[in-house]
Amino acid sequence: MSEEITAPARTVGPSPHISAKTTCTGIMLWVVAALAPAAVWAVVTMGLVAVQLLAVSIVVALGTEWAWNAIARKPQTLRDGSALVTGLLLAMSLPPRTPWWMVAIGAFIAIALGKLIFGGLGHNLFNPALVGRAFVTLSWGGVLAGVQNRGWFATLADFSAEGFDTISGATRLGIAASDRAASGSYGFDLAAQYQPLLLKNLEGSLGEISAALLILGGLVLIIKGIIDWRIPAGYIGTMGLVSWAFGSDPVFHVLAGGVMLGAFFMATDYVSSPMSKKGRLVYGIGCGLFNALGRFVGPMPESTTFAILFMNGLAPLIDRITRPRVFGVVKTDEERA
Amino acid sequence: MATTGASLIGEGVCVGRSAFAGGVHPPGYKESTAGSAVQWAPVPSRLVVPLSQHLGAPCAALVEKGDRVERGQLIGDVDAMVSAPIHSPVTGVVAEVGTTLTAGGQRVAAVVIESDEAQDLESFVAVAETGDEKARIRAAGIVGMGGATFPSTVKLSPPKGMTIETVILNGCECEPFLTCDHRLMLEEPGRVVAGAERIREIIGARRAIIALEDNKPDAAAALRAVATGAVEVVELPTMYPQGAEKQLIYALLKKEVPHGKLPAATGALVHNVATAVAMVDALESGKPLTERIVTVTGAVARPGNYRVLIGTLVSDLIEYAGGFVGDVERVISGGPMTGMALGSLDVPITKGSSGIVALPKGVAAPAISDDQPCIRCGRCPDSCPMGLEPYILATFSGKRMWDAAAERHIIDCIECGVCSYVCPTNRPLLQLIRVGKSAAMSKGVK
Repeated sequence: MSEEITAPARTVGPSPHISAKTTCTGIMLWVVAALAPAAVWAVVTMGLVAVQLLAVSIVVALGTEWAWNAIARKPQTLRDGSALVTGLLLAMSLPPRTPWWMVAIGAFIAIALGKLIFGGLGHNLFNPALVGRAFVTLSWGGVLAGVQNRGWFATLADFSAEGFDTISGATRLGIAASDRAASGSYGFDLAAQYQPLLLKNLEGSLGEISAALLILGGLVLIIKGIIDWRIPAGYIGTMGLVSWAFGSDPVFHVLAGGVMLGAFFMATDYVSSPMSKKGRLVYGIGCGLFNALGRFVGPMPESTTFAILFMNGLAPLIDRITRPRVFGVVKTDEERA
Repeated sequence: MATTGASLIGEGVCVGRSAFAGGVHPPGYKESTAGSAVQWAPVPSRLVVPLSQHLGAPCAALVEKGDRVERGQLIGDVDAMVSAPIHSPVTGVVAEVGTTLTAGGQRVAAVVIESDEAQDLESFVAVAETGDEKARIRAAGIVGMGGATFPSTVKLSPPKGMTIETVILNGCECEPFLTCDHRLMLEEPGRVVAGAERIREIIGARRAIIALEDNKPDAAAALRAVATGAVEVVELPTMYPQGAEKQLIYALLKKEVPHGKLPAATGALVHNVATAVAMVDALESGKPLTERIVTVTGAVARPGNYRVLIGTLVSDLIEYAGGFVGDVERVISGGPMTGMALGSLDVPITKGSSGIVALPKGVAAPAISDDQPCIRCGRCPDSCPMGLEPYILATFSGKRMWDAAAERHIIDCIECGVCSYVCPTNRPLLQLIRVGKSAAMSKGVK
């Protein structure tokens, strides 16, 4: 086995000469794997609509990035896995019967305006999937809640003709919000909703199918060191605390709506969240706070998207004020200002 | 504060304790040599002894071509405070006074010696028993053997007004692959303890600590069995870079070396364990530093710990270790985190050579790339043991924003390599920081 020692194939380079095996693609695939249980469960329970939603979102996300790079004559970047994650996350954040063209536009916006226009992966200020979702929500907000009744092949004409804007969303969260607004109490038992919300919930977005599976995926990402526990802990903890402070059921409010998907998978997006540990905790708390305020004070029961996008915008500021202390430099050092 | 610094975002899960903030857990790769007892490598027929094996002024040759030299004979010296003399490792004839490439890639003056057939490695020309202990340690050519190669006498003379309370012997050996200090502590614990005691006496310190990582329980037990008096043995959690001077002092004394100050400002003096043993040799028998233990490991047929004469070529040593096995990607002098990749194997072992590591394909890091973006994952600031933000320092450096980098303490970087190690997009973080650091220092940033 031993070779001639005079001419071994060798490289040189600066230290360090070994590296951790974690790669960008590996990280993205772990995120996909962590979302997979919830996505698969959605497909199993909802069937074709879930497959269509996932497929359109992912294919358009990948296709947009491929075409952008091809037109701009840049190296292809699909291998980094980030477009796949964006497509998957967008699908998980939309109602299963969202018309396919809305999904496609959302995925295009997510990749093109959410990421590529800033310079691609690593340069975007906001979470691309949430940019896509925000675009869809703001453009066709009133109809999204009602699409369950019409569904996949609905056209814009269907909406205007049948007045989709008037059809109630009828999710638990929506009912809870209107009950609160009307009487200050709830017309149904929130605690009785824990089980369906955890295990099988056909309302709301695709990702709301099972909070338990999202938590499972999130915990895997934390244990694997892919995401920092500070963001979901700060997020969910604050969400629960504020819900409790508003006299509502904290468990119901962290399980309902987009909180779990947001806390474990959206707010933890590396690029759009702070860099320091302290900063990530502050940011998580901010996400939870604005999500809760949106629910209890603001006009929207479902405020996850905008809470996180708002905190994305604050992330650079949070980084500025939560810089780590340099070893051997005392705190009074005015350079830290 | 920094006591629970196990980085969550790092290589896998860091469930381990840590005695300092940041750090990483690279695989140890120590199994193949940790059990192999130190044995002499053969005397090569030809040795290339560099005249600069230390930080500081290079030595001038004191011999000429054709001169006969004895083992231990002084062959190079210079009259400078920060320097260390060079001695002949063998008995033989000076074949040439010329130059050689070093592991670091510099060309330095060197004495080439052809060794006699018969060598008695037990005997040597002892250094003169004149002067105090510090003078004898200088005369024996002793430098920091952990890799820094700072002349030991200088470290034994702290600046006026600084009192050394604690002497720390560094046996952490936190670099993957290396086991030379491990074997030294295990096989010669008495001499390590004696070294701690001697340094403590010379410097007038109150206590001496021998520190090692808890992945070497056998060495810790061996040391404890013979430790006496003011010498303590402390095991620290295994975490790279536990052996870095500032992190080691912090772990043991919970004191941070203040920015811009010497470690002595904390009342601590750190020496590598092998250096301490070399000092004992010099003080007890006048033995000059002419050989050292080198871990030869990685993709070689017979990995092990060898006692190697200074001036032995790396190629000779690898041949003695049975040659390369399989695909060797890089050959490293020192450890894989801070060592030098060798462009040529015809470079000599010097006083600071702790290991020769043949990194196989798959273990060696992929070639660094600057075309992949920073994805702001936070791994580098989370793992930096100095509390720096490597991603932004590297960005500033890449954009030649030296002042901005200096403001963010770029010169506090200890170049441990943790940032580059953890980077998932394989960015050349440390290399960019090195550039920025030297630019900042040349602008007089302190």
